[in-house]
Amino acid sequence: MRVALFVTCVNDAVFPATGVATVRLLERLGVEVDFPAAQTCCGQPQFNTGYREETGPLVRRTVRAFEGYEYVVVPSGSCAAMVRHHYPSFGTEAAALGPRVYELTEFLVDVLGVTDVGAYFPHKVTYHPSCHGLRMLGLGERPRRLLEAVKGLELVELPGAEECCGFGGTFAVKNPDVSAAMGADKITNALSTGAEVLCGADNSCLLHLGGMLRRREDPLRALHLAEILASTEEEPWR
Amino acid sequence: MGMPSFPKAAHDAVGDTTLRANLRHATHTIRDKRARAVAELDDWAALREAGKRIKDETLRRLDTYLVRLEAAVTAAGGTVHWAADAAEANRIVAALVRATGETEVVKVKSMATQEIRLNEHLEAEGIAAYETDLAELIVQLGEDRPSHILVPAIHRNRGEIRDIFKEKMGSWGRPAPEGLSDTPAELAEAARLHLREKFLRAKVGISGANFMVAETGTLVVVESEGNGRMCLTLPETLISVVGIEKVVPTWRDLEVFLQTLPRSSTAERMNPYTSMWTGTADEDGPRAFHLVLLDNGRTDALADEVGRQALRCIRCSACLNVCPVYERAGGHAYGSVYPGPIGAILTPQLRGTSSEIDASLPYASSLCGACYEVCPVAIDIPEVLVHLRERVAEEGGSGHRLEKAAIKAASWILDRPNVLAAGERLASATRKVHPKRLPGPGARQWSDHRDLPELPAEPFRDWWRKNRS
Ligand code: SF4
Repeated sequence: MRVALFVTCVNDAVFPATGVATVRLLERLGVEVDFPAAQTCCGQPQFNTGYREETGPLVRRTVRAFEGYEYVVVPSGSCAAMVRHHYPSFGTEAAALGPRVYELTEFLVDVLGVTDVGAYFPHKVTYHPSCHGLRMLGLGERPRRLLEAVKGLELVELPGAEECCGFGGTFAVKNPDVSAAMGADKITNALSTGAEVLCGADNSCLLHLGGMLRRREDPLRALHLAEILASTEEEPWR
Repeated sequence: MGMPSFPKAAHDAVGDTTLRANLRHATHTIRDKRARAVAELDDWAALREAGKRIKDETLRRLDTYLVRLEAAVTAAGGTVHWAADAAEANRIVAALVRATGETEVVKVKSMATQEIRLNEHLEAEGIAAYETDLAELIVQLGEDRPSHILVPAIHRNRGEIRDIFKEKMGSWGRPAPEGLSDTPAELAEAARLHLREKFLRAKVGISGANFMVAETGTLVVVESEGNGRMCLTLPETLISVVGIEKVVPTWRDLEVFLQTLPRSSTAERMNPYTSMWTGTADEDGPRAFHLVLLDNGRTDALADEVGRQALRCIRCSACLNVCPVYERAGGHAYGSVYPGPIGAILTPQLRGTSSEIDASLPYASSLCGACYEVCPVAIDIPEVLVHLRERVAEEGGSGHRLEKAAIKAASWILDRPNVLAAGERLASATRKVHPKRLPGPGARQWSDHRDLPELPAEPFRDWWRKNRS
């Protein structure tokens, strides 16, 4: 099976390791991965800040970049949600991309039909379900089932897991105090679990939480789900 | 309005640890209870859909239903008045009270009368308006503003309430008992004694309504304490001020909302008091009944195809209780009687977006979607927020011109993968000398709380080119 990787702009520029991990993971599962170089950004930041007109060219670019692929895999719930829920308002061509875009855990569980991806990650992990994955995509138990099947991994429940971490794109810039207060509470909850790793399936949330963690120098780091799933006994991930 | 923008108002609230603890405790308690109450019904999704459809159908033919309502109220012995805005509604109510010769009125908790600032207007006319809902009483005695739709004093704890009662009750009527403690029972008893005196004296009652039934002209008030029912039945004259969107076509439609409202708001299977009245009746209840139908921006909201869904709102406050932004910022930061997610979409529609506070409200959300998930009439609040952001950004007020230029520049680059790749490469190559904190507005505040990630040695697209293509 051949799929196109939609790596997303944040992953491309700031978290390339997530893209690399997604490629390795999919290839390990026998999937052939393409990276259409014409892709850039799904347009969500512009759209959610109220700039529909400026979003248009990016929507058209994204749609063109993934033309002809039956499966487009994206390691970001919020970008998948943008394509699936908001692209239809940009015309029928844009609407047609939605059903072909799969958030990574959806692709693994629903399309490939696997929950045990043969990963090994001997650490205590807690999982933050990002809002768009949770509510707009309805990822449900998929990420947790994938994590539970990882060898050596101890999954601990995050108190208040379903509460927003306070990132919200430009929200973090426009309402910095409230955003930081939300992030601080999320981190307090994560620390209370005693986990070593705060796992998420959306690097934008992890950019926010990871940034706060680095400032605090706690024994907890933020890591994308794809990187945990890519880790094996032979090739452990960092 | 002279109100600071939401981020400025929220800044103080976030720093107030007592306020944050009060809010956190209250919202988490009620949100858990609501989830349990809703989970008891296996047809919740169908009820939610039904509520949405009834409201949409009503809004689509609002004129028809309002005229029907007017005819039914009039036939039952009531008088209907139409008010285009707050000033007109206040004038009508003040004139009606003056005509009775009275100088005091008792009030049933009502959002509509708060929206038009009726109490302040009556006071200026020499008429004292007494709030009789326990939480409203606390707010009124404390010379405070409500900070929640359902629990206006949610930001106060028991100790603060006792102090307010001890200090202020005496100047409004019966004073608080000697040695009042902060136990809920004693506080409630003090309020009961204070209020009873007012109920028995009052000749005029003022209320809003949760619903108005067009086919029969019946008004409905749903409450927990019973104080509303005292105001609705004891006075000789009853004046109800109600937003035009509160009408429902038929009596049968109530069946849906009388299930969804209490479970969503107080997490009760059924609210303790549901009072319904139709015009006037001999020897029972008020001799005179006036209904003031309030527009005050509602037809403007109705004209907006995306935004009009906010008029479906039944004011249950579930969206407030679940909102992480409301929980930290508190209700006052929203600068309106409608706080929280519903306030963020309703207020800018009712008042327009020309003031600083109203233009900032559509951004007072992280778009997490928790509000949409709990809303019993399925208002897609995030959708309306983004829609209103478009309106604000288009108007180009405070800072949006600069933002638009930045967004345009970013979109230009993002539409050119080669330029983007070059930029990424440059950023990665210079990563060792990047500051951990950023200069400039917005960016500085971002890095006040967070470290920026160290950029990778190479962007993904370069890794791909070297390793896979
Ligand atoms: S918007 Fe929905 S959840 Fe919020 S108060 Fe109105 S009806 Fe309730």
